[in-house]
Amino acid sequence: MSVHEGPSRLNRLRDSRDFRRLGACVFGMLVLALVTGPEGIQGNPTYGVIQSWLRPRVVGFLIAAVVLWALMTFWGRLSGRIRAEVVEVADVGRRLFESRLPRFGTYLLLIVLAVLLPQILSGTWQEITVDQIGTYVLLALGLNVVVGFAGLLDLGYIAFYLIGAYSTAYWSGALPVQPPFDLNPFFIIPFAVLAAMLTGVILGTPTLRLRGDYLAIVTLGFGEIIQIVATNLQGVTGGAEGVIGIRHFSVNLFGVRYAWPVGATANLPYYYLLLGFVVVALVIFHLLEHSRVGRAWTAIREDEVAAAACGINPLKYKIMAFAIGASTSGFAGVLFASKIGFIDPTEFSVQMSILVLILVVFGGQGSLAGALVGAAFIQWGQNFLRVLNVGWYNEQDLYVYLGGLLVVMMIFRPQGVLPSRRRSREIGLAEHGIGTADAMSAGETAP
Amino acid sequence: MSAAEAAALHPDSVIEVSHVTLRFGGVTSLSDVTLQQNRGEILSVIGPNGAGKTSLFNCLTCVYAPQEGSIVYYRPGGESVAVLGRKPNQVNLLGIARTFQTSRLFNALTTFENVKIGVEARQHTGPIGAVLRLPRTRREEKEGDERAFELLDFVGLRAQSNVLASSLPFGAQRRLEIARALGTGPQLLLLDEPAAGGNHAEKAELERLIRRVNVELGVSVLLIEHDMRLVMAIAQRVVVLNFGRVIASGTPREVQRDPAVVEAYLGTPKERE
Repeated sequence: MSVHEGPSRLNRLRDSRDFRRLGACVFGMLVLALVTGPEGIQGNPTYGVIQSWLRPRVVGFLIAAVVLWALMTFWGRLSGRIRAEVVEVADVGRRLFESRLPRFGTYLLLIVLAVLLPQILSGTWQEITVDQIGTYVLLALGLNVVVGFAGLLDLGYIAFYLIGAYSTAYWSGALPVQPPFDLNPFFIIPFAVLAAMLTGVILGTPTLRLRGDYLAIVTLGFGEIIQIVATNLQGVTGGAEGVIGIRHFSVNLFGVRYAWPVGATANLPYYYLLLGFVVVALVIFHLLEHSRVGRAWTAIREDEVAAAACGINPLKYKIMAFAIGASTSGFAGVLFASKIGFIDPTEFSVQMSILVLILVVFGGQGSLAGALVGAAFIQWGQNFLRVLNVGWYNEQDLYVYLGGLLVVMMIFRPQGVLPSRRRSREIGLAEHGIGTADAMSAGETAP
Repeated sequence: MSAAEAAALHPDSVIEVSHVTLRFGGVTSLSDVTLQQNRGEILSVIGPNGAGKTSLFNCLTCVYAPQEGSIVYYRPGGESVAVLGRKPNQVNLLGIARTFQTSRLFNALTTFENVKIGVEARQHTGPIGAVLRLPRTRREEKEGDERAFELLDFVGLRAQSNVLASSLPFGAQRRLEIARALGTGPQLLLLDEPAAGGNHAEKAELERLIRRVNVELGVSVLLIEHDMRLVMAIAQRVVVLNFGRVIASGTPREVQRDPAVVEAYLGTPKERE
């Protein structure tokens, strides 16, 4: 090999997909070595790193990385043929799915499964299904409207969840400030949702005029502000100790009397309530996506300048998406607060906003099925590992794993697990330099 | 000149640009530009690169806000409306639609969906109507589909209605952009270099299409174009811009002979030496 060939070969190697894949594998395994390694020692900040990386155990991880890479590369070569088969089968499935009867049959089957599922679960898992999975599915569906449909990066999404939860506490009379009149929890829903929606509109109207990352920064700040206000405004919110005695749902209408129970028996009734609302949310968002409104969102997301030239008012539709997301979040807050009966401000950290965003990105932005499956899978997996109490998993490391997962996802499947067809096309085109995959970076700005 | 005076001067105007000056910091992009277009006319704006043609379009559609001057649009009844100070989407709803120099289609959507978004500009379905599938929503959906297919027929893209906009050939993308703009129901269509980069056959097709837009749909066309053959063939009048100023206007024949125009395009005799 001549001297001249060296750099160009190196460049080619660096640009090659296999090399990037190897990098990702090594990176992932190094992170894994770090998080499974010994804990740090006070006064010796490099102890944890040295013990994890500069000891023989790291060799095992590096070998694992290379093996993983080899497997993936080999699989990549092999999978061409397999993939062709899969695509063919998937095509048949899709065509079948496009006709009405099989599609509704599938939906019905899924609903029946969802109805039967909790009956076979233990009490712990019933609770996880409601508090950790169901609630987050609802949250992810709402954020999907903002991030996926309209292409707006909202990092303060949980603030609306907080507003929903604290509104419920307020109307339950559980806060230091008393409501003007008494409300049944079901009637709290419109008030709480309205509060979240109004906050969304008030926050969105000035900030959604801006392009780019400003919205992300403003919403991030907003999320922090709301949480700090809830912590420190003791006379109104009850402060850091939180609020107890939030009312549960009950019905007393036309002779039907039913009160959603408290404590361990609350899981199943709340599960069905939540399931109902998730199905309603899915139907609503599906109809929106395939309507004039949904197309306007897509247009703005793809090219705001062109959308405005087509008579679409970008600000109006952005605020609409933002408000719909905020109300869904507020709605989830009502359900959460009234089921648990106790809330405190630490439950609404900015980290939660990031978690919901991860659920949406993992599942596939702009895809209802993606948001649903992504949220359910990550929340299930996280709790599965926690309940199983495996030695290598520490709950505090959750975001390390999620971060690693996202890095790997962005390399191999940026469109998410179950992407919407429009979104994956956009990402594919953006990778080839045609257009932008979101409204955040689109277009020129007027002086 | 007030709007009323202008209307009195040109009873059949569709748009009048008066003394528009646009500056970016120290750079003057448009300087005291005045032009007027008759209803039903194909008017072409030509000029060397950087003459301010696209800036003029961006002023007409309120993407840029000029520091001085006024732009008045006339509705079909003759009612005058000030254009400046509106938002781009409001300008579109007045009846001024545009295409872009580098076509800006919604690339991940199909040909049909692109046109449908244009057609939906004048519809009213909101989120509540969409969720409840109100009768108006259903009617608008149906009308929108029909209108979108009509327009696809008009520009000859019906067969490609389910193809992604990004995978259409270049000339077809231009025609799709025109169809999308027509979908918004304009009185005045602004075309920004529709023939740029096209081959001979595509240009000929485009020429026919612009004529049909003008004659069959009765839409006034304001055309920015570098292809002189196309301009001379279809424009009824031509306005020439150079360094942000109108240096000549008149019929294509008059403009071609104008010494100022020749100078702008070919340079002064001294420079040519």
